[in-house]
Amino acid sequence: MSGFSNAWIIILTVVTIVLLVWLSFATRKIKNPRDDNTTGHVYDGIVEEDNPLPAWWFSMFMLTIVFGVGYLLVYPGLGNYKGMLNWTSVDQLERSQQQVADSFQASIQQFSGMSIEEMAGNDKANSMGRRLFTTNCSVCHGREGQGGFGFPNLADSEWQWGGSIDQIMHSIVKGRQAVMAPWAQVLGAENLPKVVTYVRHIAGLEPDADAATVEAGKQQFSTYCVACHGPDATGNPVFGAPSLVDDVWLYGNSRAEIQVSISAGRNGQMPAHEELLSQDKINLIAAYVLSLSSDKPAAAIDEG
Amino acid sequence: MSNVSTAEQQRDFEVYNYEVVRRFTIMTVAFGIIGMAVGVYLAALMIWPGISMEIPWLSFGRLRPLHTNAVIFAFGGSALFASSLFVVQRTCQVRLISDGLASVVFWGWMLVIASAVVTLPLGITTSKEYAELEWPIDLLITVVWVLYAILYFGTIMKRKVAHIYVANWFFGAFIVTVAVLHILNSLAIPVHLGKSYPVYSGAVDAMVQWWYGHNAVGFFLTAGFLGMMYYFVPKQAERPVYSYRLSIVHFWALVAVYIWAGPHHLHYTALPDWAQSLGMVMSLILLAPSWGGMINGIMTLSGAWHKLRTDPIIRFLIVSLSFYGMSTFEGPMMSIKTVNALSHYTDWTIGHVHSGALGWVAMISIGAIYYLVPILFGRKQMYSIVWINWHFWMSTIGTVLYIASMWVNGIVQGLMWRAYNADGTLTYSFAESIQASYPGYLVRFIGGFIFLAGMFLMAWNVYKTIREEGVRDWAPSEPPSEPATGATVQGAAA
Repeated sequence: MSGFSNAWIIILTVVTIVLLVWLSFATRKIKNPRDDNTTGHVYDGIVEEDNPLPAWWFSMFMLTIVFGVGYLLVYPGLGNYKGMLNWTSVDQLERSQQQVADSFQASIQQFSGMSIEEMAGNDKANSMGRRLFTTNCSVCHGREGQGGFGFPNLADSEWQWGGSIDQIMHSIVKGRQAVMAPWAQVLGAENLPKVVTYVRHIAGLEPDADAATVEAGKQQFSTYCVACHGPDATGNPVFGAPSLVDDVWLYGNSRAEIQVSISAGRNGQMPAHEELLSQDKINLIAAYVLSLSSDKPAAAIDEG
Repeated sequence: MSNVSTAEQQRDFEVYNYEVVRRFTIMTVAFGIIGMAVGVYLAALMIWPGISMEIPWLSFGRLRPLHTNAVIFAFGGSALFASSLFVVQRTCQVRLISDGLASVVFWGWMLVIASAVVTLPLGITTSKEYAELEWPIDLLITVVWVLYAILYFGTIMKRKVAHIYVANWFFGAFIVTVAVLHILNSLAIPVHLGKSYPVYSGAVDAMVQWWYGHNAVGFFLTAGFLGMMYYFVPKQAERPVYSYRLSIVHFWALVAVYIWAGPHHLHYTALPDWAQSLGMVMSLILLAPSWGGMINGIMTLSGAWHKLRTDPIIRFLIVSLSFYGMSTFEGPMMSIKTVNALSHYTDWTIGHVHSGALGWVAMISIGAIYYLVPILFGRKQMYSIVWINWHFWMSTIGTVLYIASMWVNGIVQGLMWRAYNADGTLTYSFAESIQASYPGYLVRFIGGFIFLAGMFLMAWNVYKTIREEGVRDWAPSEPPSEPATGATVQGAAA
């Protein structure tokens, strides 16, 4: 900081502390000319006594001042003066971060040379991966990876963006941005409910829906929706377009919820973690995520 | 009050403007109930989040500032207006300089509170803690506050006694400093009626905010209420104030040092290290000046300790001083950086605030109200002393439950957040620390509920005191027909 600010801070601090000490000693020494131990003032019947400052209180006050002065000599406080220890909060932070990083590095030695699949089958790697997942991923995906409204379940065998190691790794490192466009204007108020009916019909939710409505909905679907969701509505992991014929519904499967998804669109985002986590941590998390669905049949995982 | 004759009491009704004091006293009770009820609702919301039914203006984010504004500025503010305007008249032996001005201050402050009650639930906020109200309301506050200062200091200037009593030093410091804090922290560039941006940015904005925030505690909730203490404790105890020279040292040291302590709210942030250190050092030095007021209050009772056994109003006043001493010890300890590293952002902070807010601010105000109401309404004493005693125990138990549960929660949270495993990973997720906090949330809710129930008991007691014929000692020539809004005594007192 500038010379003026520096001097201003130092002078203001020193003067304040000196004045506090002066005030205390000067007031302690005042002699009361009266002999009844009062000031002689009476306010609305309240008499003021003039008892001495309690000694323990006075000592405590001076002790805190002495401590304060000592602290300001040892630690930064007086403007640009760095203090005898040369301590900074940034140093302290870096030291403790280094400590944590060192113990992490020491712990992952045992996994060096292991592939992600091997780590997924390793109990120690999984318990580390689980803790990292709890800290970094559970806010959205839940403590057991079970997901929530708008956040995919990672513990089942369905994968919006693909369940291969490379695909999972890509999801974590680079993130994912799903875009379901808003179709309200394109479809119009008349066609929208028909598409909703069609989608629910092929998902088995409205088996007895009116055939004409289903047919009308199908026409709209074939025009606008197939590009991403495919003609058989099984989705496409390249776009993150979910299958509409399974029983996984990221945004709910009621008429109202599906109608919102179609008319207003959805924008699911998985943030990129390459800047946030080291590759070693990402490997552990990816292995853990893989292990979450490893008890499912392999074929189901391959389906993507 | 037993030594005050009826004739004296009647004369005082002529001499002093009690009307504005009456209005603020009644509103203190009303706002206490409203503000604390919102607090109890929010405490319940932490346990049962579903009860807001996803209605936006019932959400925590909107009602939390309503709770803080209602208890600090509506409840605490009304208590301070009532007591300062009563004390300044009594200790200066002179009527307020203007009845009209007093009325404007009252209605102005009510308008401020009404605006807060409307805007905060609507989500109109500056998002600066304890300074959430938007710029048009800030301007209104400034005007009302300046009028209050004119009313108060004008009355001091035409006092009929030579010296200025120590209670008035504290009220005076409170009025002047709050004006400075409010104006400097609220400087903002308006975008439209409901939105403005502060003129400060980044770490400077944070520093100005906490310079304001901590001194709202220091001057609004400490200096102002010490002013209250310096009058009502010696009056109710009927004892001399303990030490004049202690008053001098602790007053000047308190006002000089408090203003430095703000940075302790920003430990381990982007605030420069030097500012953090100074904030911590000054917070520690603040311990003794804070305790000076407690010593002066409690030692005033020496020679009259037996009154603690019989007089529940004295109990309120003395226990409030004990809570004051406890929280002004806790505060400096929490400002130490290594302690703060554990306590910051946890429920410990909330517990600390409430040990001051419930234990000190609310309980001394309640004591003052029980002293004031019979005097202001021409009654011999409160309708039921037994109820005051009940209220005392409800307040004490409620406060203890509240702060003890938050201590436990705070330490649990602090320890869980910092725990990490040998492999460098964190031991607990944030959600696990929330799960561990539920028992504390429940105890806090119960404590707050008991405290609120005590406030209802007080409201009923105040109502009966004003209304009940049986306890009436004498009646002012024109008794106030509508005490809550009361406009009639103006003439009687003129």
